[in-house]
Amino acid sequence: MKQYDVLVIGGGHAGCEAAHAAARQGADTVLITLSWAGIGVMSCNPAIGGLGKGHLVREIDALDGVMGRVADYAAIQYRLLNRRKGPAVQGPRAQADRRLYREAMQREIQARVGLSVVEGEVVDLLMKDGRVGGVVLADGTALHGRTVVLTAGTFLRGVIHIGNKSQPGGRMGDRPSVRLAERLAEMKLGMGRLKTGTPPRLDGRTIDWTKVSMQKGDNDPTVFSFLHSKVFAKQVSCGVTHTNVQTHDIVRSNLAFSAMYGGHIEGIGPRYCPSLEDKVIRFADKDSHQIFLEPEGLDDPTIYPNGISTSLPLAVQEAYVHTISGLADAVITQPGYAIEYDFIDPRALRITLEVRDVEGLYFAGQINGTTGYEEAAAQGLVAGLNAACRATGRDEAVFSRTSSYIGVMIDDLTSRGVSEPYRMFTSRAEFRLSLRADNADQRLTPFGLELGCVGEQRALAFGQKLAALDRSRTALEAVLLTPQAISGLGIHVSHDGIRRSAYSLLALPEADIRQIAALCPMFGAEDEVVQRQIATEALYAQYLDRQNEDAAAIRRDEAVTIPTDFSYSALGGLSSELRLKLERQRPRSLAQAAAIEGMTPAALTLLLAKLRQVARELAS
Amino acid sequence: MDTIYAPATARGKSGVAIIRISGPAAFDAVRRLAGDVPEARRAAVRTLRFGTDVLDQALVLTFTEGSGFTGEQSAELHLHGSTAVTRAVLNALSELPGLRLAEPGEFTRRALENDRLDLAQVEGLADLIDAETEIQRKQALRVLSGSIGQRAEGWRAKLIRAAALLEATIDFADEDVPVDVAPEVLEILDVLLADCRAESAGARISERVRDGFEVAIVGPPNSGKSTLINALAGREAALTSEIAGTTRDIIEVRMELNGLAVTLLDTAGLRQTEDVIEQLGIGRAKDRSRNADMRVFLTDDSGVPDGLSPGAGDIVIRGKGDLVPDQPAVSGLTGDGVQDLVDRVAAELSRRVAGSGTLTRERHRLALVRAILALEVARHEVSRGAARTEIAAENIRSAIRALDSLLGRIGVDELLGEIFASFCIGK
Repeated sequence: MKQYDVLVIGGGHAGCEAAHAAARQGADTVLITLSWAGIGVMSCNPAIGGLGKGHLVREIDALDGVMGRVADYAAIQYRLLNRRKGPAVQGPRAQADRRLYREAMQREIQARVGLSVVEGEVVDLLMKDGRVGGVVLADGTALHGRTVVLTAGTFLRGVIHIGNKSQPGGRMGDRPSVRLAERLAEMKLGMGRLKTGTPPRLDGRTIDWTKVSMQKGDNDPTVFSFLHSKVFAKQVSCGVTHTNVQTHDIVRSNLAFSAMYGGHIEGIGPRYCPSLEDKVIRFADKDSHQIFLEPEGLDDPTIYPNGISTSLPLAVQEAYVHTISGLADAVITQPGYAIEYDFIDPRALRITLEVRDVEGLYFAGQINGTTGYEEAAAQGLVAGLNAACRATGRDEAVFSRTSSYIGVMIDDLTSRGVSEPYRMFTSRAEFRLSLRADNADQRLTPFGLELGCVGEQRALAFGQKLAALDRSRTALEAVLLTPQAISGLGIHVSHDGIRRSAYSLLALPEADIRQIAALCPMFGAEDEVVQRQIATEALYAQYLDRQNEDAAAIRRDEAVTIPTDFSYSALGGLSSELRLKLERQRPRSLAQAAAIEGMTPAALTLLLAKLRQVARELAS
Repeated sequence: MDTIYAPATARGKSGVAIIRISGPAAFDAVRRLAGDVPEARRAAVRTLRFGTDVLDQALVLTFTEGSGFTGEQSAELHLHGSTAVTRAVLNALSELPGLRLAEPGEFTRRALENDRLDLAQVEGLADLIDAETEIQRKQALRVLSGSIGQRAEGWRAKLIRAAALLEATIDFADEDVPVDVAPEVLEILDVLLADCRAESAGARISERVRDGFEVAIVGPPNSGKSTLINALAGREAALTSEIAGTTRDIIEVRMELNGLAVTLLDTAGLRQTEDVIEQLGIGRAKDRSRNADMRVFLTDDSGVPDGLSPGAGDIVIRGKGDLVPDQPAVSGLTGDGVQDLVDRVAAELSRRVAGSGTLTRERHRLALVRAILALEVARHEVSRGAARTEIAAENIRSAIRALDSLLGRIGVDELLGEIFASFCIGK
């Protein structure tokens, strides 16, 4: 009987990243998918990255994950969002060619040593002694594995709604996984229902492109992967058009036929991704909303009209689409639809994404209540790494919210749960100025090297970048200038007679990198990426010190872990209200306990004292 | 690691007041104030100075790492026990780099982290810390219960709005959100700054805290509350009679108990009644008693009345002791047990306050100062244009954190809620 290390169910963004990561860690891994062709399919909008999301892609890449590289191969328009704001909140984003993306992902999966793919539908989990031991496929085949990563996306009890018609389905054209959902229900995990929507897809050949404005990509594209420095595919433009009063009238007069407003849907949708129906109702005073016309591929005429997702009947979709400038004759190739699906309350998971009560079983992706390819992939990475670590007897890979967006997301999910589909925002990261897209490698690649999931090529490139950064800092600190000399450069400082380093000048808004480079030839000789990053560090220097201190305090508390079976009843002097909260929320660390509402310093001190005592007793 | 400081002795008239300092900059702080760092673990007399001001003649004790209460480098300043002196030294410490006022329980926490305490000791101290925290919360509420309370609510809403506007332009750059939010943000910041500056001038806060502690006398009708108050006050402050329900409004008597300023509240007796005016009086008595710093429950044979239960630190005692000579009780009529009760109240207040009066006010003042600094930087950064948005936002976050203790925590969910309610997000 063949025993694998890691079985990954699902070939979406979470599944691919999980399987690849597990195999990189040296685990004998199988990816089980309904069909090979479904691997790497982008089922929603044809884009990767964005604010917060671009940060996640960079972090995945820093750990040698696949999403960043694959997105670069498929990118047909790069735009760095917030280009005119500071570097900490700039997010790389790209339109992706669906076919190129899928093909690149399938190549990565195929090429990965230690990873094989099995086609089939998983209908059940093999259980023994309360822990998972493998899976059963629809044809009766059993696969045995030490760990299982489930990335079921929207397939759990998925229902698709178009107007008042509904049909079971995970995404258009796929079968939902009803039997597996029933199996999970038996585990008595907390479950809830969410919904999401998509717009009607259009045939680009029937759009009058002279009636829409065009938006080009960046002239100097910011690619995703730290290993890439060039663009791979041909670059194209997106169209921008708008809804109008007529569009809104049609929507308003047909609301009764909308699945969402007609009372056919109970799931909770995201506030940041409202349907056109929502927009018309909730923002009644706006008589126009923008729509991005995003190409789905270089040799695919399909257009994804981002901004008009809907669950109205097809005839109504056609009517309102035709009122929009440039879309008068547009043909709908696939109607917009809303989808409802089950998710598992992620508070049932540990920070490794392992189900707390079922050893060896991990959940990742949309099934945990998140939305977005990037959020799914990042969870896949965490689950895949940890499944591999468990199967091969290594320490857990734990991500802190002080050092990565991945850590922020995992902590948010597992400690606070979700009330609407969870999407990453930069505002969720309290250490936003330190957790930047540009330094994701410095934050995470050393961790990846320690874990063993980072390959040689990246290790080498990273080592070189680190050396260049060190070299530059030292050189810049050594160049000291008098206030007079600085004024001579057109930079304003007070004439206090104090010499300032070239490094500190980089933080001043009037200073220009080229100017500083001229003062310090060693810095001037470095790669542009290195120069920009040094300038970014200097810009935030005064905030980074404070953030580092706060982060150190949180990390200290994160390091104090609370055993899962810790008994709060033995803790004298704790109010019954707090005891109840602690027992219900079961914080994994002192840091999570501190985040509980109403927690007092005294209670934390008590908790810490008790934990110390328990640890001492265990040690002796 | 920050260096923390706080008074270690209770507020009020005392021979000596001790301020404790712990952390890596403790010796630097001593050097700044005392001129040098006396030999460790040897008491030394020094003149404390800040700038050109002489603060006090004090006994200075220092502990090297591993030898003091917290296990860190630490020092104790034994000052003359006057609130003015203590406040001056605390103010001076707050000006030193790397120093900040300790959070409740922080000394204990550090001692624990450095393995200087065992669980039993912590449990003993925990009550104290909890009481301190609770007192501060109550005092903050009391300080904020008037117009300032409403204003703090206004600040909260404004801070959320300002932060949400900036965050919306950051996190939803590609959406239909206004590109230039600077005018509205600047307007909000100006109002906030003006308010906070006026508040930090401190008139109102100190005025309230100066009022001292409120001790409510509660109990069923005709249990001897008013007679007790009169005995304590030494004058007919409250009208007494044999008719239950005589006291309907709240009568305040200000006095000094063992050096602490205390306002005694005589409240309507708690009972079920049909009399509308008496009902109003009872409702008011309950509200006011709940907000008081502590309560003395005078009981009769029926025990503690409904609708108000004694909390930690409250005193429950049998009233009209003259009628039950064999029981532990207090009698305003004969004076038996009155001094004993006064001592218990004073002891309880002193135990609990461990610096809380000054500390609460000081904490609020420092919080306001930190918030003002952060708001000033935020204002400057907003006016410098969109390129500095995230730095402006960072400073507004700092201001919010600084005001946590006054406004309650503002989480990212509240910011996102404001954003989603104001703008149509979702392209």
